Amino acid sequence: MDIHEYQAKEILSRFNVSIPRGGLAYSPEQATYRAREIGGERWVVKAQIHSGARGKAGGIKLCTTDSEIADAADFLLGRRLVTHQTGPAGKLVSRLYIEAATDIEREIYLGFVMDRTTERIMIVASGSGGMEIEEIAANEPESIIRVSVDPGAGMQTFQAREIAFGLGLEPGQVGKAVEMIMGCYTAFSNLDAAMLEINPLVVTESGDLVALDAKMSFDENALFRRPHIAEFRDKSQEDPRETYANDRGLSYVGLDGNIGCIINGAGLAMATLDMIKLAGGEPANFLDIGGGASPDRVAKSFRAVLRDQNVKVILVNIFAGINRCDWVAEGVLKAIEEVGVDVPLVVRLAGTNVEEGRKIISDSGHDILLADTLAEAAGLAVDAWKKSTN
Amino acid sequence: MAILLDSKTPVLVQGFTGKIGAFHTAEMIEYGTNVVGGVTPGKGGSTHLGLPVFNTVKGAVKETGATASIVFVPPPFAADSIMEAADAGVKTCVCITDGIPTQDMIRVKRYMRRYKFEDRMRLIGPNCAGMITPGHAMMGIMPGHIYMPGRVGIVGRSGTLGYEAASQLKTVDIGISTSIGIGGDPINGSSFRDILELFENDPDTDTVVMIGEIGGPQEAAAAAYARDHMSKPLIAYIAGLSAPKGRRMGHAGAIISAFGESAQEKVEILKEAGVHITPTPSHFAETVEQVLNGMEKAA
Repeated sequence: MDIHEYQAKEILSRFNVSIPRGGLAYSPEQATYRAREIGGERWVVKAQIHSGARGKAGGIKLCTTDSEIADAADFLLGRRLVTHQTGPAGKLVSRLYIEAATDIEREIYLGFVMDRTTERIMIVASGSGGMEIEEIAANEPESIIRVSVDPGAGMQTFQAREIAFGLGLEPGQVGKAVEMIMGCYTAFSNLDAAMLEINPLVVTESGDLVALDAKMSFDENALFRRPHIAEFRDKSQEDPRETYANDRGLSYVGLDGNIGCIINGAGLAMATLDMIKLAGGEPANFLDIGGGASPDRVAKSFRAVLRDQNVKVILVNIFAGINRCDWVAEGVLKAIEEVGVDVPLVVRLAGTNVEEGRKIISDSGHDILLADTLAEAAGLAVDAWKKSTN
Repeated sequence: MAILLDSKTPVLVQGFTGKIGAFHTAEMIEYGTNVVGGVTPGKGGSTHLGLPVFNTVKGAVKETGATASIVFVPPPFAADSIMEAADAGVKTCVCITDGIPTQDMIRVKRYMRRYKFEDRMRLIGPNCAGMITPGHAMMGIMPGHIYMPGRVGIVGRSGTLGYEAASQLKTVDIGISTSIGIGGDPINGSSFRDILELFENDPDTDTVVMIGEIGGPQEAAAAAYARDHMSKPLIAYIAGLSAPKGRRMGHAGAIISAFGESAQEKVEILKEAGVHITPTPSHFAETVEQVLNGMEKAA
């Protein structure tokens, strides 16, 4: 789960990470009021969306007067910002963070990730901050410092010190850097974060260390024990199709195609999407209905998939393992009657009692295209989609 | 005997008396698995499904001689249950539970390294369908009847995609020695490489099907192992060709977040290592048949 910059900063400031003075605003009036509260002569108006590269998308504006702040706020609020991370639809700006501008001497990159190779928390740092880590890795790979943390002992101060000296900080700055790095680690491990990035961490002209930007995301599997983190969820930053489905316990990812998919199992769902692509079609979504494929969940899945106006065909692919195909087939029919499906429907059943399941579908009188294999199902779905566009 | 599991392996069930644990235990017993008892803290001394219930894994291992356990404990408590099994001397533990926090799994992996390699528990999962040695025993939630006994090993992250492969092979009369689901989590017990090593050393397995997906470094590690250490042919499929970067496709671990983690890149890495690639998930049977025919000709 992603959170906003201002939320990450609020969290990190409680763990000894220094941040510029700032405040949240929902309107141009509030934005100018915040600037006066903060004081100084230069401010930055920052659009709060769940994406990096906001500056390039025009989401960060440097201002020196009240009217500039009001104009920037007026321009940004209600706008959808498009970055290379948001997709073409962009993300809605409904909150602004107003911050005192910082005089930058140097920019540093500091990140914390779950490293799947070492199976440990890893700190990644580079003296070449300000760029995205992918760019640093491509352009200046030798500048990257990597340190992994022993999960038994936790992060040690000497490791933070090695990073600070490795970044070439002045001896007088190392103490503060160590405090901040250790603070980030504690926040990361105590709050079940999945990713933490301070980019840039800046050395100011007066030699202070300040987190200019901050990004955190959290392990969704751990939210049950982090209720205060779960409250940071901002549904306005999600694809509304995903919000609807995920709130109903379905594992759903919105895509850009026209073939709606209802499948049990994440791997089989990915494989079915692949088959659709190979057959020349484009899937509208990933949807893993989960183990049980009960009539109730099948009906919920139809509702979720049909909320997407782009869906022209639905493909159901269920491998009935513990449950039986006849039971799944009845669930599909019940769902069609309850939900009302007005697009062509392809159903592929496999596994236990497959013959009985297929008979129930073909005897139902509904216009359902039955497929034997995964390849046949994908082919039928793509054909139906092509027909629907003619 | 294929790998890790046969009809004699004495199996404990952790989370035995819960609804899910009880349901799948009955299925496992029906299939022929030697389930010797279960663990539910606080219910020790009672019986369930005609088998003894224990308060602790240590107590259960002492009384029953169990060498394997399967975990159906809910996510907040599952890591604790796995570590309890490791400490009680269980040799092989399968964890079915989906939704364990990543940091809990980091702790589990670290904890397991407390023990000397020869005493260390082997963990399968979490977030997996378990394992089955067809015709002998199953520790998992799969439909046993779709697996025909035979000499092809299967290892995959996904449960249902593993079923797809096994049932396709059954239609062309190709059977399975053991099928293992290693689960869809970013940090899991046994890796692809770990399981490939077991299959390579198993006299009852001739060839192996590996079903990978986007995200993580394990398919690349498996490719290197196959290239350097495997005499048996390896056939692979990687799911997620159409998955966009940075999106989590159902499994917590199925996310492209670094170079080499997309399906296309993994396929390239595997091809370069000489691994046979199943072009689509509809071609498992065809590809395995081709490879087996090739082996016969060579022999």
